[in-house]
Amino acid sequence: MLTINLAILLPFLAALFILLFLRRFRRFHIGWFVLIIPAILFALLLRQIPNIANGKTLIHQINWIPSFDINFISYLDGLSLVFGLLITGIGTLVVLYSIYYLSTEQSLVHFYIYLLLFMGSMLGVVFSDHLMVLYVFWELTSISSFLLIAYWYQRKGSRYGAKKALHITVLGGFAMLIGFLMLYVVTGTFSIREIIETIHLYKDHSLMTPMIIFILLGAFTKSAQFPFHIWLPDAMEAPTPISAYLHSATMVKAGIYVVARFTPVFGGEALWFWLVSSIGLLTLFWGSFTAIRQTDLKALLAYSTISQLGLIMTLFGIGSLSLHPDIHVESVLYTQAVFAALFHLVNHSTFKGTLFMVIGIIDYQIGTRDLRRLGGLISFMPISFTIAMIGSFSMAGLPPFNGFLSKEMFFTAILHLKDFDFFSIQTFAGIFPVVAWIASVFTFIYSMMIVFQTFFGPYKEQPGVEAKEASFGMLIPPVTLSALVVLIFFFPNILGDYVIKPAVLSVYPGVTNEMIGSISLWHGFNKELLMTIGIIILGIILYIYRTYFKKVYIAFPRNISFDTLYNNALEFTDRLAKGITNFYMTGYLRHYVMYIFLFFIIVLGGSLYYLGAFTFSLNNDQPVHPFVWMIASTIVIAGMTIFFAKTRLTAILVNGYIGFAIAMLFVLFRAPDLALTQLVVETVTTALFLLCFYFLPEWEKTKVVRKVKMTNIVISISVGTIFTLIALSVKSGKLFRSISAYFENADELAGGKNIVNTILGDFRAFDTMLEVIVLFIAGIGVYTLIKYTNNKGVEKLEDK
Amino acid sequence: MKINEVILQSVSKIVVFIILTLALYLFFAGHNAPGGGFIGGLVLASSFVLMLLAFDIETVKKGIPVDFKLVAASGALIVLLSGLGATILGEPFLSQSFAYFDLPFYGEVELTTVTIFETGVALAVVGVVVTIILSISEDV
Repeated sequence: MLTINLAILLPFLAALFILLFLRRFRRFHIGWFVLIIPAILFALLLRQIPNIANGKTLIHQINWIPSFDINFISYLDGLSLVFGLLITGIGTLVVLYSIYYLSTEQSLVHFYIYLLLFMGSMLGVVFSDHLMVLYVFWELTSISSFLLIAYWYQRKGSRYGAKKALHITVLGGFAMLIGFLMLYVVTGTFSIREIIETIHLYKDHSLMTPMIIFILLGAFTKSAQFPFHIWLPDAMEAPTPISAYLHSATMVKAGIYVVARFTPVFGGEALWFWLVSSIGLLTLFWGSFTAIRQTDLKALLAYSTISQLGLIMTLFGIGSLSLHPDIHVESVLYTQAVFAALFHLVNHSTFKGTLFMVIGIIDYQIGTRDLRRLGGLISFMPISFTIAMIGSFSMAGLPPFNGFLSKEMFFTAILHLKDFDFFSIQTFAGIFPVVAWIASVFTFIYSMMIVFQTFFGPYKEQPGVEAKEASFGMLIPPVTLSALVVLIFFFPNILGDYVIKPAVLSVYPGVTNEMIGSISLWHGFNKELLMTIGIIILGIILYIYRTYFKKVYIAFPRNISFDTLYNNALEFTDRLAKGITNFYMTGYLRHYVMYIFLFFIIVLGGSLYYLGAFTFSLNNDQPVHPFVWMIASTIVIAGMTIFFAKTRLTAILVNGYIGFAIAMLFVLFRAPDLALTQLVVETVTTALFLLCFYFLPEWEKTKVVRKVKMTNIVISISVGTIFTLIALSVKSGKLFRSISAYFENADELAGGKNIVNTILGDFRAFDTMLEVIVLFIAGIGVYTLIKYTNNKGVEKLEDK
Repeated sequence: MKINEVILQSVSKIVVFIILTLALYLFFAGHNAPGGGFIGGLVLASSFVLMLLAFDIETVKKGIPVDFKLVAASGALIVLLSGLGATILGEPFLSQSFAYFDLPFYGEVELTTVTIFETGVALAVVGVVVTIILSISEDV
C-alpha cells in the first residue's frame, strides 16, 4: 500500500514542481494548482475510513538506513487518520480561501511552497512510526511555521513573532529529542508500536520521570500550553489563512497528537496525569481569561485557541487514568474522556477555522480587525455574520452546534474525576470542575464579544472603506466549515463511529469497540446541562457589565509577564554571546590561527598522551626508495624556504611546490587517484591563494616583540611535533577494519574496478553525500559572507 | 596593471578544450580507472579558473552564462535524489546498481546508477569552487 508514503511525499514533490516549473507564470494563481494536492489526499484518506473503522492498520516500510535500524515506516491507524483528515481537509479549504485572500502580486511561490512543506511534514509527523523520523518532521513543521509567520518579513512584528515561535518550539523539540533518546535507551527500539508493546516491562525504570518531562516539554511548547503559550499570539502576524491552518487547526495540535500517541506508553503514571491535566487546566483558564482582555480579534482567537488546546490536553490527562493497572470498572469512564478530547479536537478545527476565516474576511474588507474600530457590520455582511455566529456559539458551547456536545462530554469527564481514588486525586478533584466552569464562562464572554462587538452596535466607518460582503469564492470555505459545525451536531455519530472510535481504539489497544459509548444529544437535566445553563446566565451578566469586569485586569501589570521574561532572556543571551565573541574575535588572523593550533596541541596532543596512543615501530616497513628520499628532502628544503621568502608570491609558489611534490609521492606509492586529486586540488587552491592575497596589503617585515616571537615559536614547534607523532603512530595502531576487503569484491558488488570510486560512490556513498552537502554549505557560506554587505537595499526593505 | 596577455589568452583558448576533454574522460573513466566525479569536477573547475586568469570576469560570464550557485545546488540535489530513487524501489537509501547492456556497434557497455550520483558530485564541486572564486574576485 503506497497511499501513506505518497501522502507524505506528494506535498514535497508538488513544492519542487512549483519551484521548477510554475515559478515563471506570474499571472497564474498557483493556488489553483496547490488546491489539487490536499484535495486528492483528503479523498485518498476518506477511502481508508472503512478499513480503519474495521480495526485494520496500514503499515508501509521503506528501508532508509537499515544498518542503523532507521526505516521510514509510515503507519495509518485511527489516530493518524483523524489528524490526516484534518490536515488535508482543512488544508483544502484554507488553500481555496488563500486563493482569494492573496493576490498574484504577492510572492505566491514562497507562500505555497512553505505551505506544502508544512503539509508534507505535518502528515509525516502523524504517519511516522519511527521516533527519529517523527522528530525530523516535527522540526520541519516548526521551520515551515517560522517561514510562514515571517511571510511578510518587511514587518518588524512578523520577524519578531517568527523568531519567538521558532525559539520556543525548537527548544521544546530538542527536549523531546532527548526524551526520545531516553526512550530508545530504555526500550532498545525506535518504533512506537514496539515501544507500546514492550513498555510494561520497564515501568520502574529510573529514566521514566525525566523521559515524561522531556517528551511533554516538546508537546507543551508546540501546543502552546502555559507558560509556553506566549508564542502563539505573536504568530498571528502570519497571513490569516496560515493562522487558520497552522496556528489553530493543525500544527498546534501536533503536541496533542504526541500526547495521544504516547498515552498507551505513559498512561497510568501519576506524573503524566498530573502534568498533562493540570497544565491543560491552567492553560484552559489562563487562555480564556486573557482572551477577554484582547482588542485585536486575531489575538483574541489566539488566546481562545490556547485555551481550547488546554481543554483537549486536560481531557487526555483524564483519559490516561484508565490505563492505571488497578482500575477496571471505571476505566470506560476515562476512555470516554479521550473520545471527548478527539471529538472536541475535530469540532475545534471546524469552528475555529470558521472564525479565523471570517475575521480574515473582515480584515480584508474593512481593513482592520481592532474591536474598538468595528461595529454594526451585520447590515453590510449578513453571510459573514451568520458564519461568525455559528462559529462563536459553537465555541461558547451552545446548542445546536457541535461545540455543545463536546463541551458536555468535557464536563462529564471532569465530574467523574472524583471517583478515581489513586494519586490522591480526590483531594483536588473538586478544583477541576470549578476551574473548568469559570474558564467556560470566560469562553462564553469572548465568544459573544466576537459576534456582538463586531456585527452589532453603531457602524463605525473606516476612512476610505466601503463595507460590503466578501466575494463568493472567499465565503465558500467558511460556509463549508460552519455547515459542518451544524451537521456534526445533528449527526454526531457518523463522525463518532467511523472516525473518532477507531482513533480511541488506537490510543487504547486493549479496549473493544462496544466499550465506547456513542454521542447523544439529550442527557436529561443532569449536572452537565445545569453547568451550561449557569455559564449562559453568568456569561450574559458579565458580558453586559464587561466594562466593570475588565478592571480585574489592572491587577495584572503588563510588564510582569512571560513575554517580558522571554524578551529579557533573549536580550541577555544576546549580550552574553556578544561579550564572549568580542573577547576572542580580535580581528587578527594570527590570533585565529593560534586558537586553532592551541586546540590541536591541547586536545590532540593531550588525548595522544592521555590514551597512550603513541606507538611506533619500524617493523614490516618497506625499504625507502631513493626517489622518495629525494622528493622528501626537496619538500623539507621548500618548507624552510618559506621562512625566508621576501614576497607573498614566493611563499605561495613554494607552498604550491610542496603540494605538487606530495602528489609525486603519491605516484611513487602507486596511488593514482590520490595523486590526481592532489594535483588538481593544489592547482585550484594556489589560484585561490593568489586571488585572496591580491586583496591583502603589502607584506612588510614588522618588528615583533621578543616575547610574542618566542610564544609563536613554541606553538609552531609543538604543533609540528604533534602532527609528526600522529602521523607516525597512525600506521601502528589499527582501530578499524582494513579496507583491503573492498579489493576483493568491488567488481562483483559494485561493478567497478576502481575501488576508490566504488567506496566513494557505492559502499560509503552516505559519507560522500554528506561531504557534498558540507561542500555546498561552505560554498554558500563564502558567497553570503562576501556578498551580504554589498546588498544594502535588503536592509531598507526589512525595516519598515 | 594590465599587461599584454596575448600569449596566455591564445594558449588557454586551446588548452581549455584539452582540459575539458580530460575532465570528461576522467569523469567517465572513474568507474574502472583513476578518475571519478570529484576529480572530474575539479578539473572542470580548474579549466574555468584558467579562463578567469587569462580573460577577465565579464568576458567569461558572457561566454558561460551559468549561475554557478545553481549548478552547486542542483549537484547537491541530484546526489540526494539519486539516493532517494533506490528507496522507491524498496532498497536502502543510496543503494547503487549496475547492469551490462549490448549496444549495437559499440559492444558491451556497463550502465550504472553511480554515474548519476557522480554527476551530482561533479556538479556540486564545479559549482562550489567557481562560486567561491567568482565571489572573492568580484569583491573589489
